[in-house]
Amino acid sequence: MSDSGQQHPLNIYYAVWILLFVISGFSYAVDYYQLQGTLRWTLILIFMFLKAGFITAIFMHMTWERLALQLAILAPPIFLMVFIGIMAIEADYTFLTRIEFFTESDFVPVYHHGGGSH
Amino acid sequence: MSETSVSETQALQEGLAGVASDFSSDRQSFHVHWGKAMMWIFLLSDTFIFSSFLIGYMTVRMSAQDPWPLTSEVFALSMGGEPIPLLLIAIMTFILITSSGTMALAVNMGYAKEKKKTFYLMLITAILGASFVGMQVFEWSKLIFDEGVRPWANPMGASQFGAAFFMITGFHGMHVSGGVIYLLVVAFRVKNGFYERRGNDYSIVEICGLYWHFVDLVWVFIFAFFYLW
Repeated sequence: MSDSGQQHPLNIYYAVWILLFVISGFSYAVDYYQLQGTLRWTLILIFMFLKAGFITAIFMHMTWERLALQLAILAPPIFLMVFIGIMAIEADYTFLTRIEFFTESDFVPVYHHGGGSH
Repeated sequence: MSETSVSETQALQEGLAGVASDFSSDRQSFHVHWGKAMMWIFLLSDTFIFSSFLIGYMTVRMSAQDPWPLTSEVFALSMGGEPIPLLLIAIMTFILITSSGTMALAVNMGYAKEKKKTFYLMLITAILGASFVGMQVFEWSKLIFDEGVRPWANPMGASQFGAAFFMITGFHGMHVSGGVIYLLVVAFRVKNGFYERRGNDYSIVEICGLYWHFVDLVWVFIFAFFYLW
């Protein structure tokens, strides 16, 4: 078999490496500055897909593979969207059923802080 | 024309070898190292396993009546009396990214036949992976012993939190641990010339790298959905 090894200039790895650090910093900042609501989850999703994309495309060499392999690996996960949709409907149904047939929650959260206080 | 007549006249194999040759029809679909194709197919199946866990987590979280514990408070670490949200998780994330970078370089050095550099880069990757697992052990013991989180209940909110947390991070931690062992085995084989004797083929470093990057990839999703959401 021919040598199908993936060899690319090191600079592209360094660039992606730095990018991953920067994007991770951004997604941590989303929590650190306690952004809430729509802004919070859009930013989380954008940074997540950016990171996942760079790792798959460059570190895992997917951009340089042939289309047959790309499709065989990247197309099946699209069906997960259907799975997510079905389970979201199911979860909503369960939640409404609980509201209907059980009393409402009166749970009071308890958080421990300070570490080391055994 | 002549090719079909040749294959038709070829004797068919019997037994298990026949099953394999019948299904492959003596053809190759993916023009990569067979190990790489198999690793990708394994990773695809793993994608579905982790997706099932994350979807299960979504389902219990959406249907929980009690408030979901605030992860940024649960996973806060105190530094100088001030709790910093998600500090340990952020450090773990950066460690995993660093190890992904050293792994990518190791793959490159492997194809360049730089045995020594490949070995050391893979060793660094494995050490970073092991330190990730160590931090996870710290995180788990803090949650279990100091905060009383159990798979069936916890003092911070919805009781489903513990089950989702231990299942998802536990399975990921198991993957990291397995990856560390895999990395070490391949690294030492690179060092003592195992692959040199086998046709000087360092594809295994790339295949090993695919697994390691996948572990990092899964963490990206866990970090977004479990810790940040």
